[in-house]
Amino acid sequence: MVVFDKPHSLNEMSMHYCPGCTHGIIHRLVAEVMDELGIEGRTIGVAPVGCSVMAYNYFNCDMIEAAHGRAPAVATGVKRADPENHVVFTYQGDGDLASIGMAETVHAAARNENITVIFVNNAIYGMTGGQMAPTSLPGQVTQTSPYGRDVNHCGYPIKVCEMLSQLDGPEYLERVTVNSVKAVRNAKKAIKKAFQNQLDGKGFSLVEVVSSCPTNWGLTPQQALKWIDEKMIPYYPLGVYKDRSAGEDK
Amino acid sequence: MAKLTFKTDNCKGCGLCVDACPKNILQLSPDKINKKGHHPAELTDEAACIGCASCAIMCPDCVIKVER
Repeated sequence: MVVFDKPHSLNEMSMHYCPGCTHGIIHRLVAEVMDELGIEGRTIGVAPVGCSVMAYNYFNCDMIEAAHGRAPAVATGVKRADPENHVVFTYQGDGDLASIGMAETVHAAARNENITVIFVNNAIYGMTGGQMAPTSLPGQVTQTSPYGRDVNHCGYPIKVCEMLSQLDGPEYLERVTVNSVKAVRNAKKAIKKAFQNQLDGKGFSLVEVVSSCPTNWGLTPQQALKWIDEKMIPYYPLGVYKDRSAGEDK
Repeated sequence: MAKLTFKTDNCKGCGLCVDACPKNILQLSPDKINKKGHHPAELTDEAACIGCASCAIMCPDCVIKVER
């Protein structure tokens, strides 16, 4: 009996991510959920700009590449063109969703667009070489904050789930991580719920995945997973921030 | 009896599976090098494997197939 194998919704192509990068795990979770819900043939993904810019190479479903940050706007159009048949998700990093695409994100949430957003937060700009992101932690050393992020000069990190939970629009907001086997299982549950909400016509569902960037954090993959527990999670607490149907509101 | 199959050439040698294994029977091969130039993960004691799939769940590159 096969206990675990690559999901069908991921193709055979070897991913370009750095060794130990958790993007690979998150891609797989999205693909596993597509398999389990049987929606591979009618799913359309929207890829961002960032490390996961080439996500369209790895999924077997149809994919669109959006301009930087505009994935929720593109997804809105695709979903509204055929709301009955299309399942639409965006896969975005923190530079894409929380920086240049903040307006699109907030307004898609406010309109309660019936789309699923997978938000990968690794607190740094990975693709461009490790510059400070809107989500970089106070004191975090990056290429553009070599003495650590100075909040007096650069301001404070943006907590996307907390911020969006203030809106009446979004249906479901949860923050998860993928730094242990247990956490990966939880993350999959959250992603599945986000897709199921869309199938049920409930509306905007965003799952923020606290992720690692061993290369730009300057850590080994193992140290990076520990760093998530030590530094990221105290600042970005995990949990459900909004689940309107269940009446949950943090 | 659990059986692991490795797509060795996809392995990037990150070692996340090695840390995830509850039985500590995975290692990055000290003498093999794959197509990408990494030391790929391998099983050291096939009989001790319980097929829990923890390694496969943590693998970012879907290298490991688990059968039981």
